[in-house]
Parts: sequence; C-alpha cells; structure tokens
Amino acid sequence: MGELVVDELQVLQQYQEEEDEINGLLPLVLLYGPTSLLSVFGSEALEKKFIFLKPWENPQVPIHEFLLTHAKNVKACLCLGKTELDSKAIQCLPSLQLVVTCAAGLNHIDLVECRRRGILVTNAGNVYAIDGADYCVGLLLDVLLRVSAADRYVRSGIWPLKGEYRLGSKLNGKRVGIIGLGSIGTEVMKRLLGFNCKISYNSRSKKPWIPYPYYSSVYDLAVNNDVLILLCSLTDETYHVINKEVLAALGKDGVVINIGRGPLIDEKELVRCLVNGEIGGAGLDVFENEPQVPKELLTLDNVVLSPHKAVFTPESFIELQELIVGNLEAYFMKKPLLSLYKNE
Amino acid sequence: MESIGVLMTCPMFNYLEEELETKFKLFKLWKFSEQKPFLQENSNSIRAIVGNASVGASSELIDSLPKLEIVSSFSVGLDKIDLNKCKEKGIRVSNTPDVLTEDVADLALALILATLRKICESDRYVRSGLWKKGDFKLSTKFTGKSVGIIGLGRIGAAIAKRAEAFNCPISYFSRSEKPNTGYKYYSNILDLAANCQILVVACPLTEETRHIVNREVIDTLGPKGVIINIGRGPHIDEPELVSALVEGRLAGAGLDVYENEPEVPEQLLGLDNVVLLPHVGSGTVETRKAMADLVIANLEAHFLNKPLLTPVV
Repeated sequence: MGELVVDELQVLQQYQEEEDEINGLLPLVLLYGPTSLLSVFGSEALEKKFIFLKPWENPQVPIHEFLLTHAKNVKACLCLGKTELDSKAIQCLPSLQLVVTCAAGLNHIDLVECRRRGILVTNAGNVYAIDGADYCVGLLLDVLLRVSAADRYVRSGIWPLKGEYRLGSKLNGKRVGIIGLGSIGTEVMKRLLGFNCKISYNSRSKKPWIPYPYYSSVYDLAVNNDVLILLCSLTDETYHVINKEVLAALGKDGVVINIGRGPLIDEKELVRCLVNGEIGGAGLDVFENEPQVPKELLTLDNVVLSPHKAVFTPESFIELQELIVGNLEAYFMKKPLLSLYKNE
Repeated sequence: MESIGVLMTCPMFNYLEEELETKFKLFKLWKFSEQKPFLQENSNSIRAIVGNASVGASSELIDSLPKLEIVSSFSVGLDKIDLNKCKEKGIRVSNTPDVLTEDVADLALALILATLRKICESDRYVRSGLWKKGDFKLSTKFTGKSVGIIGLGRIGAAIAKRAEAFNCPISYFSRSEKPNTGYKYYSNILDLAANCQILVVACPLTEETRHIVNREVIDTLGPKGVIINIGRGPHIDEPELVSALVEGRLAGAGLDVYENEPEVPEQLLGLDNVVLLPHVGSGTVETRKAMADLVIANLEAHFLNKPLLTPVV
C-alpha cells in the first residue's frame, strides 16, 4: 500500500534547516488536552523548559479554529489524557512534526494520518509496564482468592455470625493465557512464573524467544487455559476479541482479567456469562463506557471492579514526566527520541 | 477401622467430615452443648482428635481422653495443641505442611498487592457509584519495594520466591540464618523492621513469637510501612497495631488473622488503608482437599502401625 516508514533523521534534518525561533526563547509546544492535566504530570518542570500553547484555556473558541489561527507554526504537540487527536485536528497543524503522548494505549491518536504526514509519535514506553503488571497480578489473585469479597464479609460484621467464608480457587499452577505479549505482558509473565503458573500466549506474531506455547487464535488460547489476561492494544481486529465463543471455550471456572481497553470484551456477553455462572469470575479495570459499569456486576462476588487505575502510581507519574520532558528536549535538540513509537 | 473413635473439634470442611464418617466412628464435639457429659460417656472410644487452627487439642481435652493416641491437625500451625502434654503422654501429633504452602504464600502476595495498590478500596469506590463523580486516587507501586519476612520456613521461602519475581529486595529475621538463600539476614527483628518497607509475619506461633510485632517494631517500621499477617493473630500486639493505623503511624496493613477471631477490632472496619480477611489462608478448594487427605492418611497410617506421613511429635 506504499505506507511510508518514517525516517527520524530525515525529519530532524528538515527541522535544522528551517527558521525555527518563534519566541527566541523556550521552544513552543501545543498542549492538546485540558490544561488541568498538566499539573498531574508535573507542570513546573515542563513549564520551565517549554512554552505551552493552551487551547483549552480558550473554551469559547472552537478547537479547530483556534489551531488554524494560532498553531500554524507549532511543530510539537503534547497529548495529555484521552482527548482524541483526529485527522481533522492534525490537518489544522501544518507544521506538526512530533506528537508526545502519555497514555499506555494510542487508540485516541490518528496514527494513520500521522504516518501519512511523517509525524513522529512517542508513547509512554515501559513506564506503565511494571505498575500495570503488578496490578494485573493483584486483580487475578483477588478474583481467585476472593480478597475483595472476603474483605466485604469482614467489614459487614457477618464473620462472627455466619462463620467461615467460602473457599476460593488456587492460583498456583493454573494455566494462564496472555493476550498481547508486549512490555506489560512480559512483566506479567515473569511475575506469574513465581506463582508456578503455566504460561501460554496469543499475539500478532509468535515470539521465538518465549519458551511457552503460542496460540494463533484467542479461541484456542481460551480452550487451553484457566485464565485469560487482556494486554493487547485496541484496534479494529481486537475489538470484542473476547466474545461469546471465547467465553464458552474458557468455561465455567475460567477467569478473565482486563486492564487493556473495555471494548476488547463484548461486555454484554461477559455480564450475561457472569450472572449465569457460565464463567468463573473477572477482574476488570476498564469498561466499554467508563465510568459506567454494568449494574449487574455491582452485586457479584466473583468480580473485582476497578476504576481504570491499573497503571497509575505516583512513581509512574514521576517517570512519565521525565519521559515527556526527555522526549521534547531530545526533539528540540535534534537528538534521538526516547520512546519513539514504531508506526507501521 | 470403622469402630475407631475420632473426635472432630469443630466444623472445618465438609469433605473431611464425610471421609471421617465413612472411615471411622466420628464424634462431632460441637454438636454437644454439654461437653463434659459427652466426653465422660465416650472417652473410652475416642483414640484420635482432628483439630484445626480454631479449636485444637488443649490440655483439658487431652486429659479427658485416656485412650487418645493421635492428634491429626487440619492445619500446619500447632499453637492450639498442647505439644508438651502430647510428648509426655506419648500421643502422636501430625499436621498439614507443604500442601498449603503455596496457597498461603499466594495469599500473602494478594494482601500486599491489595493493600499497596488499594484494590479492595477501589472496588468499593466503583460499587458505591463514586467513580461517576471523579477519578480514584493514586496507589503506591509494589515492584522493587523492600520486603522483610519474619520466619523463613516453607511459607516464608515461598513468599520470598514470589516477591523476588517483582524485583523486591528480600530480607528476613529468624531464629538462625539459613544457608545459601541469597537474602539478607537480620538476627534482630528491629533491624529487619528498620530495613524494609513491607513486613510479613510468616513464623509459627510459640511463646517466643507471641507479640513479636510490638510497638517498638511498628515504630521502627515507620509511617510508610505496611504489615502483612498470614501467621496467627497473637503474633501482633493488636491494640498497638490498631492505634498505629488509626493515627497514621503505619501506612497500611493486610490481615488474615486476629487475636480473637472472629472478632475484628471495630476501628479497623472503618479504615480504608487495611485489607481484612476472615482467616482464609489455605482456603481454596484444592488445598483444603489436599489437607483433608493428609489428615486421613496420617490417621490411617497410625492405626495400621505405619510411619506417619507428616509427624510433628
């Protein structure tokens, strides 16, 4: 199809040849997203080094109008939060060469348009991988051992009245299928091996350096595992990858853990399976319509619900801030970017 | 063996009860509101006790059963059994080590993650509808944090192995240093507390280890510290723990056991920085069945004059 693989050096060379001193002082960066989010990522450090154009401070001006009027010469854009950077917005930024993002997933950025224009995109690298992996394992342990449900049991004061809480299910030795063996998947795998779990995986392609079974279909992965963990990106191919057939294959003792994106799972079908006991349990950090959570789930004990926070720790925010600053500085100093996303 | 009398001290697991009923003459202690007359009437038939972490074999109970030959505990902990009396009287004792090691270690990690990453708290947040009003707060990273284990026996070692997969530096305190662990040993519990952030209790409960986690240890661990207890309630000075948590002198705690189960200090029930479990360690279907099979196997071995599988005394 003739998709351009972007040559980073080519772009940087172009930049060098142009007149780029707009303010004569700090480099200009477009802040694409609510300004309040800047403080989450450490505004002091960022505003010391860059001047930010903040369209969200001018809510009375429609965004595309603002961009066309004020952002003609902007070369770098910092995307905070989940605000969609669609092709229309990108078209209003004729000088744009770099998009720095903060989210673990990039499905809110029009990557096709970026590729077409030769715009470089940086992602959050491995910053979220470790916290995401920790949380994933925590959710799985909670679902199997009924930690949250048992904690509710104690807090309600029922323990002295009703006696021993019901039994959970052992994690040790369980067969765990990981969907998406990227940076988070690899960290999850490492941790689960400490619990003697048997690992297998599904990914866009087999990874020859991984010594565990590869299944080319999620259905086959489900047939052969007790647990499925969703760690892949949300794309057209992976939308509702966990569907009725996969859930049936996983079976009534099976557990699903999702810290990826809500739409990876056919939520209605999952809810139906959980309510009818056709699935053993689920640990969900993401949902199809956040912050809406299907009300049937709110009373189930074999489900652990989490408000999209798997990767958010103070430690990862500090690392992310350093990564954002690092990527922007590298760009303006014509050095290699720290976490360039391979937009192929 | 159907005529051999076995006394079960309290309800513990249906499968175990059924098996004991099939293989032996089972007496259920909890069914008798008046224990003394029951024991007097049946004491000559009872040759074995099956107890657990709640109700074991006390000195009085042992004394009231002159034909007692073996106590087969449905637990690995022995704190509810008068071991000295058993030794004196030549009564055998068995427990259930190894089969529950993995489960209890899994639970320790579950408590650490649930406490540090606020998993139960955020589940409450979603269920109460608060997410629609705003995002949840941050929770602190686990990977790489220093873990200090009190007792590096089977369970302690299994906990260390799991924490290592999270790149946590491991240190431990125990009666003596264990060779070739690769973990840092402290011969003094205060040194351990001073050098770790997550303190895990994983040793047996004995006279020496009662209240091993006291005010001094809590103060030394400090306001960023987290205590995890999968041992026995009396390992920790509970009132001191509660006041430290309430006053913010400790960051959090994950508890599976308490000094007076099933009573849990009321102040804990209202705290968000604790995870409270109703003594579920080893509480999975798979493990309880394995424990039950081991209890039965020990009893059968004894009455067939074969060596016990997991003898203690």
